Order: sequence, then structure tokens, then C-alpha cells
Amino acid sequence: MSASFVLSLAFGYAQLALALAACFAAWRVLRGPRAQDRVLGLDTLYVTAMLLFIVTGMRVGTPFFFEAAMVIGVLGFVATLALAKFLIRGEVIE
Amino acid sequence: MTDFDTLSLWVAVPVGLLLVLGSTLTLLGTVGLVQLKSFYDRLHAPTLGTSWGTAGVLLASILLFSALDGRAVLHELVIGIFLLITTPVTLMLLGRAALHRDRAEKVRGIPPARARGDAGSDG
Amino acid sequence: MSRLIPHPLLSLGLVGVWLLLTRFSLGHLLLGTAIALIAGWALGALEPPALRRRRLLPLIRLAAIVAGDIVRSNIAVARLILTNGRGNSRRSGFVEIPLRLSDPTALAMLAMIITATPGTAWLEHDSENGVLLLHVFDLIEPGDWVTLIRDRYESLLMEAFA
Repeated sequence: MSASFVLSLAFGYAQLALALAACFAAWRVLRGPRAQDRVLGLDTLYVTAMLLFIVTGMRVGTPFFFEAAMVIGVLGFVATLALAKFLIRGEVIE
Repeated sequence: MTDFDTLSLWVAVPVGLLLVLGSTLTLLGTVGLVQLKSFYDRLHAPTLGTSWGTAGVLLASILLFSALDGRAVLHELVIGIFLLITTPVTLMLLGRAALHRDRAEKVRGIPPARARGDAGSDG
Repeated sequence: MSRLIPHPLLSLGLVGVWLLLTRFSLGHLLLGTAIALIAGWALGALEPPALRRRRLLPLIRLAAIVAGDIVRSNIAVARLILTNGRGNSRRSGFVEIPLRLSDPTALAMLAMIITATPGTAWLEHDSENGVLLLHVFDLIEPGDWVTLIRDRYESLLMEAFA
């Protein structure tokens, strides 16, 4: 049992789990049924993608993925905020 | 792929456990997102990923890079703090948006708006 | 001093973030400090409402309580999701809680606590009569949640922002 064996096992599991999580979130985006479900799915997708980038960065051993993860985090926040605001103000079914 | 064999097991095992914990919780959150029945139930599911899911992965990253570099690498904390501040904002706004739309469509089982009238009247 | 550094907490935080994101060195310390000072002046131009004095000790106690609660509710919600559809009698629902807090900073902190804890979601707060609308994932007894939020979090926040 060497350290790199333990780590590659953990990296493999984490990447698989996060990729699956991203698929589930994407399923919710595609499926709906309502607009707020899609936005919630998109927000979750952003978070899981960010975590996946961090794990990939750890696996490769470079800190550069971290900056990409940060950009994803910021963009996800702004996107979700704008979409939620749009749901309140823009498209109100009456 | 870098060679992690210089690391001791005392670092590798906690890093691995934290990674497994974080990714499992995130996965469970999205499972909930898929299988729960109503929107308000689903609103709870991603908080698993944004609380301990993220915390696990970020702590693992801090531990691993600190051990590799031989100094405290803490920049993951910035993402953690950022997510801690932004998640409430997005989820609150999404909850209010859902409430507003459900009230506008007169969905049953939604608590009515207060006497002041419209939801979301403040900015 | 207060003219030069109008928002010491913000400036300090910015220097901290700057040093976290770059490698620590004297040059980055100087550059980060300069940026933090300019940001402080810029915020001063926006004239945000001044924070009132608050006590630190209740906030630290609150942080410890919340950290424990987050771990516990993570486990609870994860278990509920795993056993969902296998005959568990989970019932979710809306809860209305009359709050005594009115300080905006304290309310923001309460919102962060409630949202960061899996299992409770903050939906709406009426600033006129102070009623908060929550959605709770596992609603056992609505009264329990009212007392939980009021006694566990709100009283400490009232103490801190008195």
C-alpha cells in the first residue's frame, strides 16, 4: 500500500462520483418540469463541475485548475442570480 | 500524473477519506435532486454538496498541496468562503422565485402572501 | 486613522484574500495593502450603513453550535435521501416563525445559517411584521422548529447585536 495507490483510488472514486453527480444535475436541467427546477439544476451543475475541476487539479498536481474552478464558481453565482431574478421579474404567468 | 510516493500514508489516507466523503455527499445531493418529488424538497438537496461536499474536497486539496509544497497552501479557503456567502443568496432568491410563481399560478398548498400583498416587493 | 482606513475589516479581509491567492511575499503584501486601501475608500464613497457595535463572544459560540449542526443535519438529510421511498414517513412543509430580530446584519447571518444547514431553507422574510417563512425537509413538529430557531440561533444573535 503506497501513498500514490491510495490517492489514485480516492481520485478515481471522487471523479466518478462527481461526474455522475454532474449527470444527475444535468438531467434535472433537461427534465424540468418547471423553470425553477432547471435553474436549481444548473446551480448544482456549476458546483459539481467546480469540485470536479479541483479534484482533477489535485490528481494532475498543478494548482492551475484551481483558478478555473474559481471562475466557474463566480460565474455560476452570477448566472443563477440573474436567472432567479428573471424568474421573479421577467416571466410571470398571470 | 505526478508521483505521490514521496507522501506518507499519514497524509494520503486522510486526503483520500476527505475526497470520498466530499464526493459522496455531493453525489447524494444530486440523487436527491433527481428523485425528490416537489421543488421545495429539491431545494434542500444541493445544500449537501455546498456544505460538507465542498468542505471535504477543499480540505483534501489544502492538505495535499500543503504536504506536497511543504508550506501552508490555503487558497482553497477563498472558494469555501465564497461559496458559504453565495449559496444562501442564490437559494433564497430561487425559493422566492418559486414561491412567487406558484402564488401567481395559485398552486395548492402554498402559504399565501402576507397582507402587504406581492412577494418579492423588496429588491 | 479612520479617514485613511474607513473600513478596516474590509481592508484587512482583502489583504488576507490577496495573500491567500498569491504566494506570500513583501511585494504582494504592499500591492495587496494598496488595493485594500483603495477598495476601502471606494466603499466609503458608497456610504454603506455603519455596523453597530457587536459582541464577539456570542458569535464565536454561535459559530461552534452551527458547525456542529451542519455536520449533524448533513448526516440526517443524507440518510433521508438514501431511505427515500422505502417506507420512511418523512413529511416536509412550510413553517412560519415570528422573529424578534430586526438588525439587517443579524438577519443576514441567520439567513446564512439556515441555508447552510441542509434540511432548512429560508424562503421569505416579511420585514414589516418580522415573520419568516421556512421550508423544512423533515417536519416532525412545527413547534419544535420554531423553538429551535428562536432559542438556538436567534437568542445568541440578539445577544451579539444587542
